[in-house]
Amino acid sequence: MDGSDDEKKDGDYFPFVDIIVPIFNEETTISKTLHSLLALDYPKDKYNIFAINDGSTDNTLEVLKKFEDKKNIIVLSKENGGKHTALNLGIQTSKAEFIGCLDADSFVDREALKLIVQRFRNENVMAVTPSVVIDDANNIIRKTQKAEYQYGNFVRKAFCAIGAIHIAPGPFSFYRKSVFEKVGMYRKAHNTEDMEMAMRLQKNGYKIVNEPRALVYTVGPNSIKKLYKQRVRWVSGFLANLIDYKGMVFNKKYGDLGLIVLPFAAFGVFLSFFVFIKGVVSLFNSLWMEFEKIYFGGFYFHAPNFDWFYFDTSAVSILGLSLIAVTIFTVWLGHKISTGKWHFSFEVIYFLTVYIIISPFWITKAIYNTVTTKDASWR
Amino acid sequence: MKKTDWKKYLLVFLITGTIFVTAIYISNAINSKRITEIKSIQDTVSTDILSSETQFSLLSELSCKEAGNSLLSSEISDLGEKISYSENNSGSNASEIIQLKKYYSLLEIKDYLLMRQVSDKCGKKFMFALYFYDQGTKCPECDKASYALTYLRQKYPDLRVYSFDYGLDLSAISTIIQIFDIKNNLPAIVIGDKTINGFQEKEVLEKILTEQYPAETKADLKAASVASSTATSTKK
Repeated sequence: MDGSDDEKKDGDYFPFVDIIVPIFNEETTISKTLHSLLALDYPKDKYNIFAINDGSTDNTLEVLKKFEDKKNIIVLSKENGGKHTALNLGIQTSKAEFIGCLDADSFVDREALKLIVQRFRNENVMAVTPSVVIDDANNIIRKTQKAEYQYGNFVRKAFCAIGAIHIAPGPFSFYRKSVFEKVGMYRKAHNTEDMEMAMRLQKNGYKIVNEPRALVYTVGPNSIKKLYKQRVRWVSGFLANLIDYKGMVFNKKYGDLGLIVLPFAAFGVFLSFFVFIKGVVSLFNSLWMEFEKIYFGGFYFHAPNFDWFYFDTSAVSILGLSLIAVTIFTVWLGHKISTGKWHFSFEVIYFLTVYIIISPFWITKAIYNTVTTKDASWR
Repeated sequence: MKKTDWKKYLLVFLITGTIFVTAIYISNAINSKRITEIKSIQDTVSTDILSSETQFSLLSELSCKEAGNSLLSSEISDLGEKISYSENNSGSNASEIIQLKKYYSLLEIKDYLLMRQVSDKCGKKFMFALYFYDQGTKCPECDKASYALTYLRQKYPDLRVYSFDYGLDLSAISTIIQIFDIKNNLPAIVIGDKTINGFQEKEVLEKILTEQYPAETKADLKAASVASSTATSTKK
């Protein structure tokens, strides 16, 4: 059940909503974030924005002061305590029925809020996740992430269908406020509080659904180094939270999430690590072979052989090709379900090449962090 | 407590199973096509050798020209490469490939004997090397030896290299092993009449080759230098 059956199409459901924006040193992006929230297609007297300055050391506060006179923006400042403390302050202050969060480097589509609240018409729905899109993909690293996020949007919809959403993305996930009274507030959760909260909801049997048409744009890291840092935090956090919630893994009580999704996600982390090691070993082997060929046989030019006979047609290679085809299709479908348009983009090629080469590095580091129980830092 | 939907799992399992079975099926079908191709090349080579042999017996030295022309040495080396590739990636058809390899070894021996006759009786002089490796057991030096032989073949186009799997259960190979006194110290290479047991660098092998075939190696080098000087002069 994905909740769509409960959705009524009359658009006059406008419950009161608070949106919390935790801000730490975001002077360059915060203004755009707040403007996008002000521009939401939602009655202005039905939502407030809590801009929470988590002890920024740059000019964030100066930027925020310009927004103080806006009627539905409430600026709060506190000492730096981490993202989860900023979110908790917002939740404690809020009087609304629904609470959403928005990272300060993200901005929302005008329609997003309207689409999301419709999902709360179903009394059983405790949280709603959006589709996240990479904004302004202007270099290879961001193009790679763009395809990856499209892939993620499809996967989230699929997880929604089997009730297995276990990450509520930092950008624009919404909660029924009463759920915080039931399960408690945000925790530090190894710096991946968005995953931990979703896991906690799942553990308590609360329903999380996905609204793929609600779009939120986020700024992806623009260099390999920053991306690496972000992903080490994500994967380390995932593994650490998984250990905290290990009781859910292989537990029939949690349905497909416990039996299939979590075990496979954990298995996937280790699998990509081993595939990477194997790839490196075979790369060194073939380089060594080339070296021996030249050392013992001298260097001479030999044209590549395109005889079909020598194409690798082992069952494993054919399965690999099918996997590539499925990945391309999934990215394509991910774009379709969030925007409603069929549009093929070559960014998927970056996803299949760049990502495959660089992702093992953060996975390896994350496994190392987990084994040595080190929390990955935010920045 | 969520209800476990076993029907759904069964369906997913069936879909996944279908994908795997299809992949294995396609892979096997292509492997059989490879075997068919090897067989068809083998037939061509076998017919060629037989026809040359027959011509040679019928006409003796008169047939030198035809014998030299009709022997397709490139085809036999192509066949060798394809068999060794298939052997490394055989999967389920391993025993069939061993069979093909035995047949190939016989064709090599026939070609070797025939070409020696051609070399003796006709003006065209060839050089011969027999190379013994072992597919079954680990032989780290064998690859190095094959690289060195490739080097020699590049430098001396009239050198004919025949490679044999020492461990292959074939009486004709055992006979050759006896004739040339090949020890179980692989790789082993026979150049002319000289047997070299164990790996030797390409320079050593080249020295033996020039000792065994002084005239032929000189002719090959001369032909190569003429070819390269023609190439440079056409460039100008």
